[in-house]
Amino acid sequence: MNAVIEVNSLVRIFGQNRAVDGMTFHVEQGEVFGLLGPNGAGKTTTVRLLNGILPPSEGTMCVFGLDPTTCGEDVRRRTGVLTETPALYERLSARENLEFFATLQGIHAPDMNRRVNEMLEFFELASRAKDKVETFSKGMKQRLALARALIHQPPLLFLDEPTSGLDPEAAQQVNDLIASLSRANGQTVVLATHNLFEAQRLCNRVAVMNKGKILALGSLKELSRRLWPMTWVDIVFHVKPPEHVAGSLRTLRDVIQVSADDEALSVQVENEDVIPEVVRLLVEQGASILRVNPRDHTLEEIYFALQAGGA
Amino acid sequence: MNWRSMWAIARKDLKEVRQNKVAWEPAIAIPLIFAILMPILFSVVPQVLPVDDIQRELGEIETLLKKLPPSIQTLFDGLKIEQMFVLYMTAFMLAPLFLILPLMFSSVVGADSFVGERERKTMEALLYSPVTDMELFLGKVLAAVIPAIALSWLTYLVYIIMVNLASYGLFQRIWFPLPTWWPLMFWLTPAFALLGISATVMISARVKTFMEAYQLSGSLVVLVLALVVGQATGVLYLGVGTVMLVGTLIWIVDAILIYLGSRNFKRSSLIARL
Repeated sequence: MNAVIEVNSLVRIFGQNRAVDGMTFHVEQGEVFGLLGPNGAGKTTTVRLLNGILPPSEGTMCVFGLDPTTCGEDVRRRTGVLTETPALYERLSARENLEFFATLQGIHAPDMNRRVNEMLEFFELASRAKDKVETFSKGMKQRLALARALIHQPPLLFLDEPTSGLDPEAAQQVNDLIASLSRANGQTVVLATHNLFEAQRLCNRVAVMNKGKILALGSLKELSRRLWPMTWVDIVFHVKPPEHVAGSLRTLRDVIQVSADDEALSVQVENEDVIPEVVRLLVEQGASILRVNPRDHTLEEIYFALQAGGA
Repeated sequence: MNWRSMWAIARKDLKEVRQNKVAWEPAIAIPLIFAILMPILFSVVPQVLPVDDIQRELGEIETLLKKLPPSIQTLFDGLKIEQMFVLYMTAFMLAPLFLILPLMFSSVVGADSFVGERERKTMEALLYSPVTDMELFLGKVLAAVIPAIALSWLTYLVYIIMVNLASYGLFQRIWFPLPTWWPLMFWLTPAFALLGISATVMISARVKTFMEAYQLSGSLVVLVLALVVGQATGVLYLGVGTVMLVGTLIWIVDAILIYLGSRNFKRSSLIARL
């Protein structure tokens, strides 16, 4: 395991409110890790803690082996953060915004020009580089904010609601970019969002949060198995099988129920490991199988099941 | 200390202020009045007004002149009545008013930099950069202090030229500035510039908008008005010694306010105010 982030029993208290309440998780290099939860779940506070903006009330955390509380500057040199609002200098141009943050990240003149130009080209803002940001559309501002977060090529990227308020096309562009960052550059991405569709598409693992606590942590499959160990599998036949086939499946130990529908069967099994045995039995009985589809649970289903149990 | 980052923050803040008309319009208008309009008014008027009118005006001035230190009184010896009027008004009466400039410049830039940045919701991105709290604080202080001093000195320069030009017909020589103006320009003016920003830093922690900070920091002008009234009534005369003493006191206040301001300028408290 090559953990970029390690968090143990992390707590952050504001007055009477435990914004982060005993979180423990790790994020591995090259992973897209999702922090999911409703507003007030503690996602943004976690991002702030991990960047050394806020000190924790209790617990420990390490980012690249450094404690963000004491080595905040070193940590922030290796992280890029896309804040929930673009937080751009609207009275300055796109180029001036990027040059300013490049300077703060310690990038010097020749490299800075090259890097700023690259970012402007990549995010399709080169033709508007000299225009004031206040004249930009919401999507352009979000792209510029992403360019700012990436200007120093950070190995770890925090994205707080990256597609919030964007139209579907712009959101799609941003999501494609996030996917490519991890795939092509090996960058680690922490995605704080309540957009479950986006998280399902992008994240390798997610932490589902509520009121500062992690309700569940893992990949979509792991969470799904934990919540619903019994699973349904839909089997579609090339030719409708004989009546007795469904009955023979019921004799298998881990098959719970079977329902037949013309050229298809729906079988509920104890766990996914039983599915190959079901298929083998059907083939032995002469069934001609066209498709076998274990029913996947969406992140949305998982999320609401967890929130209902954890709220 | 990363000076490159600090300069970048200062430059960025100044670029932003340049776009804020509410901030810079008064900062341009007031120096123009001080440096051009006033010297013309007080130098040319006595050259066109009847001597009797000046005599009547000077009657009150003469009582004030008697309260001045003897070394200053000698400056007026042997001068014509018109010359006395110009000397008194341009070299003494207007002198403390100039301290409004560094105060105003630095508090306007400071209000925009410290409170405006928060109001425009751009602070968060800055907090995620790898600069230290102290570099961020000093960058913003520099953004306010350097142009405040530079613009004040530029105004002084224009004022000096204008006074000498406008009164050349009366004096037939370059007579201004008097020795009291040197500590005013180079000791008291920087101190007032720092006072403007350090007070604004303290105010910024308690207000939410640029306009609130701008208006509250404007109350510092009372200090300058006290000096103007003191001088006009003869209670306090801004000679070299007094200027040095007042300057030292202001520098001490500056040091205390800057220390307190920097101690409270922490990421964790700044992010809580967003």
